[in-house]
Amino acid sequence: MTGSRYLVTASPHLRSRDATPRIMWTVVASLVPVLAVAVAYFGPSALLVTAASLLGAVLTERILGKPGTLRDGSGVITGLLLGLCLPAGIPLWMAFLGGVVSIGFGKLMFGGLGQNVFNPALFGRAFLQAAFPVALTTWPAIKAVSWWSLRGDNFALPLMSAQVDAVTTATPLGLMKFEHVSTRVTDLAFGSTAGSLGETAAVVIFICGGYLALKNYLNWRIPASIFLTVAVFAGILHVINPDRFASAQFMLLSGGLMLGAVYMATDLVTSPVTNRGAWIFGAGIGLLVVLIRVWGGLAEGVMYAILIMNALVPFINRATQPRVFGTATPAAKTS
Amino acid sequence: MFDRLTFRHGVHPPELKQLTADKRTRRLPFPTEVVLPLSQHTGKPAKSIVRVGMRVERGDLIADSDGWVSSPIHASASGTVTEIGLAPHPDGTFKTAITIAVEPFSAQLPRPRLVPDWRGLDKKGLLEAVRHAGVVGLGGAAFPTHVKLSPPPDKPIELILVNGCECEPYLTTDHRTMAEYPERVHLGIRIMMKVLGVSQTVIGVERNKPDAIEALERTRPSDLDVTVLPLTVKYPQGAEKMLIEAVTGREVPSGKLPLDVGVVVQNAASVGTIAEVFETGLPLVERIVTVTGLGVRRPANLIVPVGTRLRYLLEACGGMTDDAREIVFGGPMMGAAQANLDTPLTKGTTGVIVLAEREVKEQASYPCIRCGHCLDACPVFLNPQQLGKLAAAGRYDEMAAEYHLNDCMLCGCCSYVCPSNIPLSQQFAAARVALRQRKPAA
Repeated sequence: MTGSRYLVTASPHLRSRDATPRIMWTVVASLVPVLAVAVAYFGPSALLVTAASLLGAVLTERILGKPGTLRDGSGVITGLLLGLCLPAGIPLWMAFLGGVVSIGFGKLMFGGLGQNVFNPALFGRAFLQAAFPVALTTWPAIKAVSWWSLRGDNFALPLMSAQVDAVTTATPLGLMKFEHVSTRVTDLAFGSTAGSLGETAAVVIFICGGYLALKNYLNWRIPASIFLTVAVFAGILHVINPDRFASAQFMLLSGGLMLGAVYMATDLVTSPVTNRGAWIFGAGIGLLVVLIRVWGGLAEGVMYAILIMNALVPFINRATQPRVFGTATPAAKTS
Repeated sequence: MFDRLTFRHGVHPPELKQLTADKRTRRLPFPTEVVLPLSQHTGKPAKSIVRVGMRVERGDLIADSDGWVSSPIHASASGTVTEIGLAPHPDGTFKTAITIAVEPFSAQLPRPRLVPDWRGLDKKGLLEAVRHAGVVGLGGAAFPTHVKLSPPPDKPIELILVNGCECEPYLTTDHRTMAEYPERVHLGIRIMMKVLGVSQTVIGVERNKPDAIEALERTRPSDLDVTVLPLTVKYPQGAEKMLIEAVTGREVPSGKLPLDVGVVVQNAASVGTIAEVFETGLPLVERIVTVTGLGVRRPANLIVPVGTRLRYLLEACGGMTDDAREIVFGGPMMGAAQANLDTPLTKGTTGVIVLAEREVKEQASYPCIRCGHCLDACPVFLNPQQLGKLAAAGRYDEMAAEYHLNDCMLCGCCSYVCPSNIPLSQQFAAARVALRQRKPAA
């Protein structure tokens, strides 16, 4: 035997090819079509807003994170997702700040990748919503003067008020809640409605998420459970009083539900590790979404629904430990 | 009864069996030296009864069993005892072994029967013959067969389960035994049924071995209740508890043995060996071994004397390729990496696998992202994610007391699927060793 030519390691000696960076970068790639749809509808503003939040996230990870962690791709996902849940007309400095908060406070302060309790992108968005409620709920209309025109005062300076008058409108959920006007389901499915960048094309998000589910890069039980719960809950309400409550299709396809269910709720780090837990987690989100949308003060409730359920994940994990083979007891203490 | 054809969870590593699956077993010229460790089986090591300088014939007893859970060792080639001392052992340590310089040009001829004909023997006689022939399980753990065939009287056995799954990637030892020597497997079953007084046997074979299934089906004796059952290809289908679950739907209770649910499991090559010692009249002195892997030039299925050195086996297969990187005894999921080319093959060595650089390339570890893939993979439904966190923190007692560390089979599924490349089962093995060493002191 010559020197150290041969490895001597403990078994197993083989491992599967799905590495964490590979999962993360695949998710990034799957977000490209979603972003492309946003750009098609909202023009250069969509690109600018996403780029700003991405830059905020990536720079923060680079400066405050451990060396090399940018390469795992998780920071890029956060930046992209945050951008996709902002309105097109938001000033870029707010989007950038959101990215900084997402990574700095939503992820690194907890200890970095794998340690955070809340979905970092939603953490950043919740911060922006609290700090800049008007900017976060000003929705530019899909039909702008031209594709090239900005959909709002993207270049507003920090702490200055808006200078550009853009055509704004209400989202389908806002219309439903405050004016009792419904939107056509086909418009919702293909995105020609007002809303956040990634709120528009439910069908594209569904297809991209389906690809990730096939690769087992996201737990399909979570979106399935959310859809089921929303459909059943909203469906029952609709049957009771069709004039007051929106239909199940409307509930499923409007607002951030699709983006939230497919990309936010399925964040590996902040969702349950057990499959039974995934069903419960999804059901909780579905219930909260309908409750907030119907009886809450806000038109949309996906963000808070997911954040609330994120906080409950440790309890869900503990309550859904698998039963160990050949025993009647769970794999971990549950009390 | 046979409604479920696999177990829950598990993983699908690449099979990689095509390298040797169709290669007939063949013999090699005798090596110039054989090294026979006194500990080749589960239980107490055998006690040497020879001295340096003594001449021994192939099949002679050279070390006798020391107690009930022990097994004798026989000379696997004729020659002269040259050394009784420490030699490299497949478990990575040095252990006492008897080295025999094999007689050059010895015909190694068959000799008069050392094992009596099975037909004239009753239960007790068969059991004694199996014991004195040094028969142990050939699937890896090398548990003495006579112990397995002597269940306590309060544990009635209803079913013999022959394990022909061979779920580890690369290995084709059981496969070739079943495909080439199906009559031998059936004779082994007949003897086991007689000793145990059991009337039903099921041979579980993964579906990726159609020729073995066909051969066993073709030679199935008409007077015995023997079923050949094709099973789903999934790792670790060949783990005793998983096989029992797949075939009978029963879960072996935690901490219990197959015989607690009325089943005796024996792997196909071991069943073949029970018959072989009675057929040839020679004790267990040779076995089939798969020498394979992307790092071997000419992979093969070989019949070799126990105690053949690793170096000789590799040379017989054309040597190693330039990108050979890790040598493993056993399968790549649970086998032991070897550091010394002078290590001998023992009774329990199922295969020699040389893994290439591209298969074992070092990869970075990442933080746990709580994806839950390890929970989905664990065949005994543990929570490797939590166990891994505790292991990293050195909280071994908690792992055993509250997280069922002792139910872990160290099958490696969790480590295999972990996208963050966290050495989960490796840490669990270390935790178990640490706990074992700590116990006597406490």
